[in-house]
Amino acid sequence: MTYTEDSRNKIMNTIRSSLGVSGDEAERITRTSIRLDQHKPNLIPERARKTQLENIALFRNMMESQSATVVELKGMDDVPGAVAGYLRDNNLAAEIRMGSDPILTELTWSAALALETKIGKAVPQDSAALSRAFGAAAETGTLFLLSGVDNPTTLNFLPETHIVVLRKVDIAGSYEEVWEQLREVQGQRTMPRTVNLISGPSRTADIEQTIIMGAHGPRRMCILLVGTT
Amino acid sequence: MEPTSHAFKDNVRKALNDDQLQRALGNVKTGFIDKRAKARAALPEFDQLRDQARDIKDHSLAHLDLYLEEYERKVTYSGGHVHWAATAAEAREIILDLCTRAGAKTVTKGKSMVAEEIALNDHLEAQGIEVVETDLGEYLIQIRGETPSHIIAPAVHLNKEQIEQDFRKTHTDLPEDRSLDRPEQLVNEARTVLRDKFIAADVGITGANLLIAETGSSVIVTNEGNGDLTQILPRVHIVIATIEKIVPTREDAMTILRVLARSATGQEFTTYTTFSTGPKRPDDPDGPEEYHVVILDNGRSEMLGTEFREVLRCIRCGACMNHCPVYHAIGGHAYGWVYPGPIGAVLTPSLIGVEKAGHLPNASTFCGRCEAVCPMRIPLPKLMRKLREREFEKAASPWQQRAGIKIWAFFAKRPRLYRRSTNILIAILARFGRRRGTFRYLPFAGGWTKYRELPAPQGRTFHQLWREQRNERVHK
Ligand code: SF4
Repeated sequence: MTYTEDSRNKIMNTIRSSLGVSGDEAERITRTSIRLDQHKPNLIPERARKTQLENIALFRNMMESQSATVVELKGMDDVPGAVAGYLRDNNLAAEIRMGSDPILTELTWSAALALETKIGKAVPQDSAALSRAFGAAAETGTLFLLSGVDNPTTLNFLPETHIVVLRKVDIAGSYEEVWEQLREVQGQRTMPRTVNLISGPSRTADIEQTIIMGAHGPRRMCILLVGTT
Repeated sequence: MEPTSHAFKDNVRKALNDDQLQRALGNVKTGFIDKRAKARAALPEFDQLRDQARDIKDHSLAHLDLYLEEYERKVTYSGGHVHWAATAAEAREIILDLCTRAGAKTVTKGKSMVAEEIALNDHLEAQGIEVVETDLGEYLIQIRGETPSHIIAPAVHLNKEQIEQDFRKTHTDLPEDRSLDRPEQLVNEARTVLRDKFIAADVGITGANLLIAETGSSVIVTNEGNGDLTQILPRVHIVIATIEKIVPTREDAMTILRVLARSATGQEFTTYTTFSTGPKRPDDPDGPEEYHVVILDNGRSEMLGTEFREVLRCIRCGACMNHCPVYHAIGGHAYGWVYPGPIGAVLTPSLIGVEKAGHLPNASTFCGRCEAVCPMRIPLPKLMRKLREREFEKAASPWQQRAGIKIWAFFAKRPRLYRRSTNILIAILARFGRRRGTFRYLPFAGGWTKYRELPAPQGRTFHQLWREQRNERVHK
């Protein structure tokens, strides 16, 4: 597009004249690059600065108050049975879609009798999906899910039921801690294509301010909290 | 949309006489206010976070050129494209061109106030592209041919019965005898109808609540998940955002997000907060193949150099209108353009001109609630006052009002005369109004007495009462 280059210059020039700067001031440049490199957290609320045990309890409370179901499991081996059980209890079809996350695919799914597993991104016909969360912030009961072949983003939105595996060790107090963990794994200043922060199933209040679940995304969400701590 | 803000007075009259609207507005007065108060009480640091959110935006605006450049670098690095649009017309052209090149027949849209600002739907539809709003509220007003009446609850002016009628009229391929009495049934029907659109769409357009310079990410928040289905299913994802949406880092974004949902809906956090960076990666099984960000200015870079710079901190949470007695009385459409409520009263004249929207800053009782609840601490009443001054200077206000103010100024500058004449006037009014205690009609004040009664003065002026009180206190 040819004129966006002109528009870009026009916009930049007006911004600079409005701010009374040229854009070359060394001091401004240093200040902004330090801020980007240091990415210092601002105020972290007290409720997000607690012990791990308290974090887990807060996460659970918050998630439940946001209409999700939380089930605690001792180990990953309990996941297939819990998935089958949740689907059965809710009278749902015994089938589950998941990505290629080895932590999920390497479980013994044959142990959950009659449960059909499908690997890959979600398609419109899928009724339920299983994902693994990268982490979670206890302060508001918020899961962090990363796009990619392991846990494709469509799993989070297309099926009516979303089951998410979250290891207790991956629960942090604040959002900022989860971003820091992501930086450790993926490097500074990069992101996967999509990071979904999810706090419960889909809802709307657009009809007379009444909250109705299952607007466009999942109608129900179940968190499998795995670990002994 | 074509602004009707100049006809504000007529709009108000219509709104006050619209029973359906008045009933629907009842939901705003209670729901939003209580929920925000609860969320605030549950987070002791809330007001401190507001201070920090304000400081973050002030810093971002003071370094806007540098952060925008950095943002652009990061978007490009992650495989996306940034397009710059100085005006609404340019933004429309860029988006139309992207849609045409994608061979788009159907375009789904997440909720975007900027798209409303540039009247994007009309432009795309004029070229034969089907545009489908996917936020339930936006969808409701789209099938009615209306504009949003609230920035986060676009259909807040509608009642359930109206929606049922619209669905029966629009979804004609569904059985006529189906039941649509309950809100759940309406939501389900919308879900089914829109699901097919999500799947058919060639291009998905979303707005952005924030842009992050650190990573080149755009951020959207929704409760429905519609913005996500809009952007992960089609081949092309287009983001439309304005220049002031930028913040430096993810940490800065989180501080602002901590105050956004609590101020808007009173939720601890919105159900879905999504960070999008570039197109899908080579190994990704889903996500868009193309990612475009259209960055619109539309007068904001100039505002940056004026006394209205603080407005650019706005995060469009809607708290100011949720708490505004004028909005409660007239709803959003009366404001005549895209942005209603106190933020609209300030933003609209700045964006479309004082001549076209000069009345809006007068739509205030100066009660100060908007500023008290604004998470970004924007001094809305002060800015409205400045716009009133501008309107007066430009002689954009009607002659009666100007003459009235001049007469008042003549007396106000002469305190003794002012006191003497008000004493006389008040005494007269007190005599006439003594029996009922109020006036149902007063000459020259029909505009006031049409909708409310004027309490009759008790016979003495404020000045007299003040003097008596002071004397009393001195004597004690
Ligand atoms: S002016 Fe303040 S209260 Fe109003 S929408 Fe903007 S941020 Fe929210």
